[in-house]
Amino acid sequence: MIEVKNISKSFYGKNVLTDISANFERGKTNLVIGRSGSGKTVLLKCIIGLHEIDKGEIAFDDRNFTGMSFKQRKTVRKEIGMMFQNGALFDSYNVEENVTFPLDMFTKMTKEEKRDRANFCLSRVNLVNPNKLYPSELSGGMKKRVAIARAIALRPRYLFCDEPNSGLDPVTSIIIDELIKEITVEYGITTIVNTHDMNSVMGIGDKIIFIHGGQKWWEGSRIDILHTDNEELNNFVFASKLLKKDNK
Amino acid sequence: MRVFFNIGRYFILMRKVFSKPEKGKVYFNQTLKEIYSLGISSLGIVIIISFFIGAVITVQTAINTTSPFIPKFLIGLMVRDSLLLEFSSTIVCLILAGKVGSNIASEIGTMQVTEQIDALETMGINSASYLILPKIIASVFINPFLVIISMFIGISGGLLAAIYTEVITSQQYISGIQFFFNPYYVTYSLIKTVVFAFIISSVSSYQGYYTEGGALEVGKSSTKAVVYSSVLILLFNMILTDLLLT
Repeated sequence: MIEVKNISKSFYGKNVLTDISANFERGKTNLVIGRSGSGKTVLLKCIIGLHEIDKGEIAFDDRNFTGMSFKQRKTVRKEIGMMFQNGALFDSYNVEENVTFPLDMFTKMTKEEKRDRANFCLSRVNLVNPNKLYPSELSGGMKKRVAIARAIALRPRYLFCDEPNSGLDPVTSIIIDELIKEITVEYGITTIVNTHDMNSVMGIGDKIIFIHGGQKWWEGSRIDILHTDNEELNNFVFASKLLKKDNK
Repeated sequence: MRVFFNIGRYFILMRKVFSKPEKGKVYFNQTLKEIYSLGISSLGIVIIISFFIGAVITVQTAINTTSPFIPKFLIGLMVRDSLLLEFSSTIVCLILAGKVGSNIASEIGTMQVTEQIDALETMGINSASYLILPKIIASVFINPFLVIISMFIGISGGLLAAIYTEVITSQQYISGIQFFFNPYYVTYSLIKTVVFAFIISSVSSYQGYYTEGGALEVGKSSTKAVVYSSVLILLFNMILTDLLLT
């Protein structure tokens, strides 16, 4: 479980996150939703430690991440798998090298073992024989899958996905969502997904946190979200004219 | 104030770069790759430029030293000393600052804006050390070889120009390049090269590593890398010449 207590973050004097607290449970797909620029990505980067928080506390399974030294944080980070918005695959490495990269750095596996692990992870995300392709040769959906394969290569305890559906067609989005959900349940991972895609919310959201203007405005399940009287959340969820017509 | 901020941040980055590598073998392989991409791939341009500069120095020196009191073989000596003292170390490094410096800054800058560096940090890898240290080691290792090749090619270019244009005979040129040879000039040149290689790789990496924004900013970082590296090379050329030759 990941616990976030009263965290705030500002850039150049401008508050981006204000007093956010939340618990992200293990084996569940925790979704952080909100409009573009609401602070979702900053929240994710603060949790991972890519941005230092101004105040508050973050704990990974009761380990106080905020108080850790750089070296101590490294041990936690090895348990983290992260899928960035655009995949963030290493351009100069092919698919197999991208997936085996964390294994090269942190394990003493043989070349064969690493290749087997890479092939397993790639098959887990339903990619067949892309090993020798370079990121520039992959479609958007394939990049995201390779990014997931790389994220799970070291058998992480925590998985973070930043807008996994951005730039994907609805069908591929659903496939990626289902993949994240399956991996979360199968490996008992604590997963946090940033999204503003309502299909994802209704499809895989076990727990949903709504961020607005850098503050937590709402928390609940995907069932609750349809019946909330939170005006900002309703504006976000039912932003589509089609939905407004049907639901209101 | 911005200058002091950048100098401070540069040294903080260098401290991060020179921390203990996560896995020596991976860094070693990475260094070999960088030796190829930063050094071996620059061989062509170094050879072409050195050859023609050697040739041009020979012809120009011959044209401008028409006095009967100046022996012809001194043209060879002037070409040799010009190449050894300045051209092969300073000018070649300025050219490499353009080619290699922009390459390093744009590569690291692109990695920064496409979150590849964040991906490394998230994995618990010291991104500064992983990306920059192999480039610095590779540059410091391979640039002296490039400079030695440049000296050899430049002097050969001068010889071919002498033969082809007949401004002096090949015997005069060869006796000139052997006349009063001071081996310390080569040492001096190589010391400068090592310092310049460090400047090119570290300053360009710094510019790339702190790129913020998108493609436009990557281009700006690349330009800054070339400009700052070149200015620092000229500044340190002055300092090192004063320290090593006077």
